[in-house]
Amino acid sequence: MNNRNNISQGVDWTIIWLYAILVLIGILCIFMVEYRTDTDWLQTFLSGKTNYSRQLIFAGLCTIIATFILLTDSKLFTALANLLYAFGILLMLATFVFGRNISGSKSWIPIGGGFNLQPAELCKIFTALALAKFLSRQETDFSKLKSQLIAGLIVVAPAVLSILQHELGLALVYSAFLMAMYREGLPAQILIFASSFGILVIATLILDPNILALALTIIAGIIFFLVRKQNRKSKSLLVMIVSIWLLCVGTQRFVVPYIFNNVLECYQSTRIYSMVGREYDCTLNKKSERKSGEKAVRKPDDYNVRQSKIAIGSGGLTGRGFLKGTQTRGKYVPEQHTDFIFTSLGEAFGFTGCVIFLSIYLFLLYRIVRMAERQRSTFSRVYAYSVASILFFHIAVNVSMTIGLFPIVGIPLPLISYGGSSLLTFTVLIFILLRLDADRQMVLR
Amino acid sequence: MPAFNQSRGGIIQIIFAVVFIVILGQLINLQLFSVKYKLAAESNAIFRKVVYPDRGIIFDRKRKAILENTISYDLVVIPSETKGIDTMSLCGLLNIDAAEYKKRMRDIIFKTGNVRIGVFETLLSPETYARLNENIYKFPGFSLTERSVRSYPYHIAAHVLGYVAEVDTSFLRRHKDEGYLMGDYAGFTGLERSYEKVLMGQRGVKNFIRDNKSRIQGSYENGVYDTTAIAGKNIHTSLDVELQKLGEQLMTNKVGSIVAIDPKTGGILCMVSAPTYDPNFLTGNQRRKHFAELFLDPRNPFNNRGMGTYYSPGSTFKTVVGIVGLTEGVIDARTTVTCNGYFAGCGTGRPKCLDKGTFVFKEAVAHSDNTYFSTVYKRTLDQPRYGGADSALKVFNRYAYSFGLGRKLGIDLPSEKRGNIPVSSDYRKIFGPRWHSCNVISNAIGQGEVNTTLVQLANVMAIIANKGWYYTPHLVDSIEGGDDYQLLDAFKTKHYTDKNIPDSIFEAVQDGMQAVVDYGTAVRSKIPGITVCGKTGTVENYAKVNGRMEPQVDHSFFGAFAPRENPKIAIAVICENAGQGAWNAAPIASLLIEKYLRDSITGKERQAKVEEFTNKNLIPRLMRLAMAKRDSLQQVKEAQLLLQQRISREGNDSADMEENVEPETKPAPAKPVNRPLPKKKTGTPAILINEDKKNKKNYRIS
Repeated sequence: MNNRNNISQGVDWTIIWLYAILVLIGILCIFMVEYRTDTDWLQTFLSGKTNYSRQLIFAGLCTIIATFILLTDSKLFTALANLLYAFGILLMLATFVFGRNISGSKSWIPIGGGFNLQPAELCKIFTALALAKFLSRQETDFSKLKSQLIAGLIVVAPAVLSILQHELGLALVYSAFLMAMYREGLPAQILIFASSFGILVIATLILDPNILALALTIIAGIIFFLVRKQNRKSKSLLVMIVSIWLLCVGTQRFVVPYIFNNVLECYQSTRIYSMVGREYDCTLNKKSERKSGEKAVRKPDDYNVRQSKIAIGSGGLTGRGFLKGTQTRGKYVPEQHTDFIFTSLGEAFGFTGCVIFLSIYLFLLYRIVRMAERQRSTFSRVYAYSVASILFFHIAVNVSMTIGLFPIVGIPLPLISYGGSSLLTFTVLIFILLRLDADRQMVLR
Repeated sequence: MPAFNQSRGGIIQIIFAVVFIVILGQLINLQLFSVKYKLAAESNAIFRKVVYPDRGIIFDRKRKAILENTISYDLVVIPSETKGIDTMSLCGLLNIDAAEYKKRMRDIIFKTGNVRIGVFETLLSPETYARLNENIYKFPGFSLTERSVRSYPYHIAAHVLGYVAEVDTSFLRRHKDEGYLMGDYAGFTGLERSYEKVLMGQRGVKNFIRDNKSRIQGSYENGVYDTTAIAGKNIHTSLDVELQKLGEQLMTNKVGSIVAIDPKTGGILCMVSAPTYDPNFLTGNQRRKHFAELFLDPRNPFNNRGMGTYYSPGSTFKTVVGIVGLTEGVIDARTTVTCNGYFAGCGTGRPKCLDKGTFVFKEAVAHSDNTYFSTVYKRTLDQPRYGGADSALKVFNRYAYSFGLGRKLGIDLPSEKRGNIPVSSDYRKIFGPRWHSCNVISNAIGQGEVNTTLVQLANVMAIIANKGWYYTPHLVDSIEGGDDYQLLDAFKTKHYTDKNIPDSIFEAVQDGMQAVVDYGTAVRSKIPGITVCGKTGTVENYAKVNGRMEPQVDHSFFGAFAPRENPKIAIAVICENAGQGAWNAAPIASLLIEKYLRDSITGKERQAKVEEFTNKNLIPRLMRLAMAKRDSLQQVKEAQLLLQQRISREGNDSADMEENVEPETKPAPAKPVNRPLPKKKTGTPAILINEDKKNKKNYRIS
């Protein structure tokens, strides 16, 4: 504790408390999932064989690492940012050589003692640091396209590697950096463009192609009718409307089917389709075609989401109570201790519990954003926004996927889901931020 | 620089808030407004285990349990836990081979999955159970579970008690709202079926929590929603175990039936249908095999001949004809009729009579004079005051119906036959509108179109014994804990015969029936010290053989009650194709009467009679042929099978086997194994059965 007192100078204790509470909730949730009435939980707990005791060990490990981080100098991170990023990319490349295949994705490196490391997780930290480092350079003018492209490249590189490792979820996380970049001056049009593309994709999935094309044409017609006065003055507006219309119809007709049939795996397309309540015909998928010789295409189903919704839905207003959830005890939700951990909470504590739980998260996020805004150095601010964005993205996607608002992607719930890599990553992310925040009066570059 | 783009920080915060609100909205939708997830969760996780109650016990009139429950054991297995067990030693204990073991395991895994309990072998024999119980620790994954099965400690009354069986889809369709589920057992025949509601008891439900692989995790909410099973109610019948046992013993190797009724109450004392079978055959793990065996038996042992087959009553019907004639005044007790060898009233020379001479009513009954009763019947139908044969027959039938004939009595056993009392429209179809008494004269002596079940005949005897009233014959006297379903109400109303026949007429008929036993047709069945009133019957019958109706050996009938004063038992016996009533049916009835009234058979001579009739083989010729044919076909099949296995066999072996199957029968056909084997004869057994069924239907006279 002596150490703590020395280093606690300027450290934001609120976030440390929130962090501790969340980790504790996480361990309790894993305990709920693992709990068996007929076994002596204390004994199994002490034996260290169960996931919750392992998670506790991870938590202890994380405390030590967190302490070390708080003991370091903030300048260390600016200095090492690029080096760590390079190291991270190297690790990810190494998985292709030493990688171990765990449930279909070859993104783990065995580090002995039965533990595996997922470099893609760690790479989030390094990317955040590298991005912060790049944006905080004196010579970087983020309003220039070149800088924007370099920043984008820093983010996209690990994302592409993740996709190559069949870790779509992790790759998606890197899109969270868009938010941080937006804060630093990335043109809003990019976000608007991205979101309208998203809307167009969803519309393509839901609607019949011809009807959608007709609807787009009608919308274009209406816009053309509304702006016909300005239209007389400049022909360029007409050209723009027509080209946007062409772009939309083209996307809807060719780009979206191409992505679903050629880029995504069959199961991914199926999951996305099942989100909007439709079935995806896997025979259209080029990748599954190639694989068809190896094994039969699995019948698409939405078992996970259905069970997950049942578990959360059965919680009601107040929940069934701690350790009393029938769905949790019956192990109905697959992967409940990792990606679907939120279901155990939803079932045991109901709507009330969920609201309180999400409020803690929201409070944490706002706290980090506030912290970001009080930084003097760009480095710290970009990093803080990166942390907030990554946390937000994880929470939003994970919770949305358990309640059926988002297709299933393997994204853990920060600090709650079982998993050493994940817990370690978020611990390091948060504590580096705390370290930087403690030195917020410094200007770091 | 920090101030630059600061507004965007706000936008990011707004984005956070919006996303969280969307999530919250979906949570409200899922957790507060959707009921279906709660229901889905329950159907997911709550396993309702039905707890079966013990079925009710059935007692006889002396409170001996004739149908009770015993514990039997099933060997069950969880396939996933059986890794590394000594399969061979288990197979050795169960007398199965490794291939059978693998097949069963595969079936179980297919049916119930790898981690759930599946039944490996049902209803273990006591020896197997004992062997397994000692060694079960060696076989992880296997365990023994108990269940309650029906058992019949006296091995009797198979037809009356009936059996339980697993319900099938058609049963479930018929009993939609009674809460049966697939896999339940229900009474299918006999009392098990008629009193199903009472015997089944009330099932209990235990709620368990199960996991995603349907493994039980513990009780749900500590059993708050559980209900306990309530055992079925016991029922007390009027059956007499000793009488039933003797009846079944006497009917060994005979085809026919015995029904005895307590005339005072209508309670059935015994109901034997021969051939019968040990009801325990249909409970153990050999049930299926036994069932098939019995089902394919040409003697049709599943048929309860006491009420499921109807016969021409033969001369026993003369009692009814006499009562009608006396009541309607067409004769009186002193009327005489002379027989010169045949009934001359119709000019056909039929029916013939056995004893020539002149008879008054009493003597006519005693000697079963056909001419006398033909005269009575003809006189009744020809009575001018009725205005024609149609209405005369109606008058006659009103009596017959009031005697419980021609309609279902309403006995408490399923599938009772109603018999047949012909009506004028039947005859109009055959003989045209101008039919007359001579067309139907054979009814007078209980041949012709008159058909009765044996219960109806026994009931007629009870009515004569009671002098004009009866209770509907029934088996169950009382139900422990009350008759909640009003099943017994019908047996508490006294039925009177129509038109208040004076006692003097019953006296006259009883005089005649007493004379039958004292010095008449059944004189050899007299019981010293007991006044028995009886009436023999000898029924001509025909069967279709190769498409032609051929006369068969007469059915032997006897109806009686005893003692004459204060009657305690009314009985009817039929032995199919056993000749005159006096030869077989009457002595059997007399033995049963003595047994019931005296609790034992007294005297060496009488005991020798028990032996004699037990050992008599009176299986009808046609059935013997059918059985021999079936046995030899079976042997042919077996021989073929063995030949295919390239095992040579001696002809003598098959002869031995033949004798094992039916020691009483010495079938005439040549030893099938010795003659060249038929190439394909698979169709034959089916034809055989069909023919046999046809024969059965044609027992009644045509």
